Amino acid sequence: MSVLVDKNTRLLVQGITGSAGAFHTRQCMAYGTNVVAGVTPGKGGQQFDDVVPIFDTVAEAVEKTGANASMIFVPPPFAADAIMEAADAGVALIVCITEGIPVLDMLRAKTYLQGKDSRLIGPNCPGIITPDACKIGIMPGHIHKAGHVGVVSRSGTLTYEAVGQLSALGIGQSTCIGIGGDPIKGTDFIDALKLFNDDPDTHAVILIGEIGGSAEEEAAAWIQGNMDKPVAAFIAGLTAPPGRRMGHAGAIISGGTGSGQGKVAAFEAAGIAVAPTPGDMASTLVASAKTRGISLA
Amino acid sequence: MKIHEYQAKQLFRDFGVPTPEGYPAFSVSEAVEAAKRLPGPIRVVKSQIHAGGRGLGGGVKVCKTLDEVKEQAERMMGMQLVTHQTGPEGQTVRRLYIEGGADIARELYLGMLLDRDRGQIVLMASTEGGMNIEDVARDTPEKIVKVWVDPKVGLQDFQCRKVAFALGLTGKTVRQAGKFFHALYDLYVAKDCSLVEINPLVVTGSGDLIALDGKINFDDNALDRQKEIEAFRDLDEEDPREVEASRWDLNYVHLDGNVGCLVNGAGLAMATMDILKHYGAEPANFLDVGGSATAERVTAAFRIILGDARVHAIFVNIFGGIMKCDTIAAGIIEAAKQVGIDRPLVVRLEGTNVELGRKMLAESGLAITPAADMKDGAEKAVAAARAYAASL
Repeated sequence: MSVLVDKNTRLLVQGITGSAGAFHTRQCMAYGTNVVAGVTPGKGGQQFDDVVPIFDTVAEAVEKTGANASMIFVPPPFAADAIMEAADAGVALIVCITEGIPVLDMLRAKTYLQGKDSRLIGPNCPGIITPDACKIGIMPGHIHKAGHVGVVSRSGTLTYEAVGQLSALGIGQSTCIGIGGDPIKGTDFIDALKLFNDDPDTHAVILIGEIGGSAEEEAAAWIQGNMDKPVAAFIAGLTAPPGRRMGHAGAIISGGTGSGQGKVAAFEAAGIAVAPTPGDMASTLVASAKTRGISLA
Repeated sequence: MKIHEYQAKQLFRDFGVPTPEGYPAFSVSEAVEAAKRLPGPIRVVKSQIHAGGRGLGGGVKVCKTLDEVKEQAERMMGMQLVTHQTGPEGQTVRRLYIEGGADIARELYLGMLLDRDRGQIVLMASTEGGMNIEDVARDTPEKIVKVWVDPKVGLQDFQCRKVAFALGLTGKTVRQAGKFFHALYDLYVAKDCSLVEINPLVVTGSGDLIALDGKINFDDNALDRQKEIEAFRDLDEEDPREVEASRWDLNYVHLDGNVGCLVNGAGLAMATMDILKHYGAEPANFLDVGGSATAERVTAAFRIILGDARVHAIFVNIFGGIMKCDTIAAGIIEAAKQVGIDRPLVVRLEGTNVELGRKMLAESGLAITPAADMKDGAEKAVAAARAYAASL
């Protein structure tokens, strides 16, 4: 099994006619994702690649196609609006790939989502994939392998790195969730960990954090108190200088908080294995699982 | 994005946040003219650089006469101002701000920023004005009061009163504080700020509140809709390599080490820095070429990395997802043609079109050390940097 997305996911794409939206929609369809609708205001009634109907609004797309998930490729100035439109239409899972959304826009969108039934993943994320079932996002599908390790990460390429290491060892993944590199995001580590903890088909988890904020420290405490599956962590940015934004808008050490060393210390204090280098993420998880008598391959 | 104090105070005035009268000066004669426009006799000459700690470094001086203003302006203009935030080489002073003196009864602290855990803007204040707020937060957290703003309704009067009374304000100053905090919040939202800091916020002898200092940072993601703010950008305050990188849409941060890095993805770029350190070297930079880099941008990235003489080796670490390995390979070959890669180059390619990328590099005739994986690449890059340094 898996979390959040599977063969039953019916995907709509907001911004399907833009260059990135079109390219990645085709990649998702080639992987086997069931793309049922596209939304581009003003292009309602047209078809994408002769197979996917395009609608003017998300509400109409949901009504006509029964879409239950949305992938957003709308440009940054309009992306927060797109998130709220999807939530208003009752889309259960909203995956926002867009990078560069103004922080104040995301504050408003996140506040708007409170009390609604929609879950947001991202923004500024690679998306979510359940191998061999459903890919929503920009990750390279071919490196994945179906299996039982959950991956949750603030970084796209580091997720690929972890997945590549797992697959090379013959270890498959249940679901990989990229929660994104922005300071204000929908799904956070603890949300994803709860899902993995409750999923009988996820046997262990790799968590990939980075400098900035305190979500890793909170996740470490939650794992210690609640998680009954092995977890291995990796934190990127131990050598990053304070006060400098390291690519991701959320990756900045500021006001004396958010250092990588503090996050590593929080995981170690909670008894969670931390990979010494990014090249050791899979092997650290395997070793950690082994000490608890769990074989992952 | 950061701006100068005098620019922040211009925004303060635009939004009704009281601040002393003052004028910017770009030369000594302008500084003297600015001082003459102020009533006097006390004027303050303030160096305008983006780093904090200017006063301790000799970059802020209170003057009693116009002659003294001229003397201090002559001393400061063009000086290398060293503060705890500039690094040992300091920052060149090119702009001054000449401000009227203030009758200071109390010094307070006021800050407004994003609380990312709560997903709300927080207004924080402290009675410990003039101190480093991070030290106050660590040593005496009870001296900091915070209120969080609900984005649905904005800052409320009761929240302003809570802060004002916690600061020990009384009478008309409480009412002034309400207007002051509201004006600051309006500025924060209207201009897409990421940080507004007033340290010190001053209560004058007559009980008026004024912003004696002003620091504002802005959300880089919002600059497209804040053209007026973007016009405040001072390229002299930025590392020239980083300015050049931003022209190519490259995420580059200059660091002090000896191994240059060229990576796709911010997380992998940070992790690449870390693994170099793990194997005993220091990264010379953070560089994320992004998921949609072209061979042209990869060439520009090489030019920037090679422009740093301290770089003794380069580690290219790519896990191609969207970024195709053959694009990176083409960029490396093009860079070798255009700029000449005169230092050891270790390349690790993985992911989309990896076989094609490796083949292109192997057939290019370039002296490239291929790496099997990230650890192998990092070890080889560290060893190559050592060997290169020894050969100099």
